[in-house]
Amino acid sequence: MTKKELTCIGCPMGCEIEVMLEDDGRIASVTGNTCRRGDVYARKEIEAPRRIVTSTIKVTGSLEGASCVSCKTETDIPKEKIFDVISELKGTSLPCPVKIGDIVLSNAAGTGVDVIATSNVR
Amino acid sequence: MTCYEVVVIGGGPAGLAAAISAYENGCRSILLIERDKKLGGILNQCIHNGFGLHTFKEELTGPEYADRYSRRFYETGADLMLQTTVLDISEDKVIRAINEKDGLVTVKAKAIVLSMGCRERSRGALNIPGTRPAGVYSAGTAQKLVNIDGKMPGKKVVILGSGDIGLIMARRMTLEGAKVLAVVELMPYSGGLKRNIVQCLEDFDIPLYLSHTVTKVEGENRVEAVTVSEVDENRKPIQGTEIRYECDTLLLSCGLIPENELTQGLGASMNKVTNGPVVDSDLETSIPGVFACGNVLHVHDLVDFVSEEASDAGRNAAMYAAAEPRYKVKTKIPVKFSKEIRYTVPSSVVLAGISEDIKLRFRVGNIYRYKKVTALAGDRVLAKKIRKVMTPGEMEEIVLPIGKLKDIKGALEITITVEDND
Repeated sequence: MTKKELTCIGCPMGCEIEVMLEDDGRIASVTGNTCRRGDVYARKEIEAPRRIVTSTIKVTGSLEGASCVSCKTETDIPKEKIFDVISELKGTSLPCPVKIGDIVLSNAAGTGVDVIATSNVR
Repeated sequence: MTCYEVVVIGGGPAGLAAAISAYENGCRSILLIERDKKLGGILNQCIHNGFGLHTFKEELTGPEYADRYSRRFYETGADLMLQTTVLDISEDKVIRAINEKDGLVTVKAKAIVLSMGCRERSRGALNIPGTRPAGVYSAGTAQKLVNIDGKMPGKKVVILGSGDIGLIMARRMTLEGAKVLAVVELMPYSGGLKRNIVQCLEDFDIPLYLSHTVTKVEGENRVEAVTVSEVDENRKPIQGTEIRYECDTLLLSCGLIPENELTQGLGASMNKVTNGPVVDSDLETSIPGVFACGNVLHVHDLVDFVSEEASDAGRNAAMYAAAEPRYKVKTKIPVKFSKEIRYTVPSSVVLAGISEDIKLRFRVGNIYRYKKVTALAGDRVLAKKIRKVMTPGEMEEIVLPIGKLKDIKGALEITITVEDND
């Protein structure tokens, strides 16, 4: 058995989580988390770490003079895909208006996850 | 002169929650004054996720959190003045403000909620040696440039201070193609949330140097290099530990200061530790009918707690304006605390007519592990909790249950202690 220590990023509490791993790498136990989110995070972090990515994307024709709109991946994506998603966003722009929840990039970097707007721009 | 029951100053998360809460508690004469052109305050540039887990039970970005509260605010039909700056407030609650459209505006309030937020500590306040080139930004300024204006402030970056905005910007600048060489923290611990160390620095292999500071800035027109040195236990630089980074940008994330010029102009008593006004458990300042909440009162880590606190302030302001005093004479029981604690908000407790538990928020001055936090009135225990770890970067709270508070009439003080838990 080996022990792995993690800091949960599920919320700002930052619980210190201990994961016990069997010799074959399977997870034996998850302790130290104070909610279910921590258990889910720890298992994902060991098996295949994922992150929500937030960024901005260029907009055109804004009445309020905005040059970009903030956006996020609708769910978390594999950690190693972060820079691929960012570079796809950099190569894209969209016309105004944009509303919260609008899809600004679908199937970002082949992750199957859409990127959606997180602010309103006229 | 226009009169309002409640005037809220500042339309960030605190002001929005206060105005909404005043409405929900029956007030139908509300004015919100905001100096920016949009409601939401600093949330608009905080495009990262992690907001709203307590309030909405989901993880939102800053602009989404702001939007939920803005929409709710507009639904109340309360009056709003945008792009309007408050100049001063008189003791009889006359507010003078200016904007481009109306010029000088004067309004009178029965109750006021102060929710002006805070600002960043600047280079001038930090005494960093070296030249004065372009390329030195507060982390929040860089955040606005990148996230709102879509402009990158630099390519090779050193960040001084490990507050949350600095950590968030380390990641943001990296994602946008900059190279963040180091995050440098004067204290032996980070001032930011643990989750941000993990997902903003460790995820991108950005080194964090604790007990280090910037001892030199080089460059004539633009930053060309920054020298970083280790500091001793008295926070003095140690000769021979210098590391020189060639870079074009230095970001400062060295603490936030509540923006209280209006509060001080009003003559309210101030708390030297928080740099905010002294408030009782109604969140009322030393000026009757003037309430404070959010980062103008004390700097918070989480917007959810700002909203919660502001909601209390808005309700109390509405009750004050409706002339429904719960008491004839307001008796305040002072809150004292042991040396591990830097401050508590509120700094006194009002028992008369209370209808719910009282939440005391506080910060400790160092890292403490396995401690028992106890709230006492004389030798009577009001509340206690065990904390595995407490750090200066994370606000703590202890709830004084209403059932226990009802039994301590006549208590002279409430004491919060921190002891080893064995």
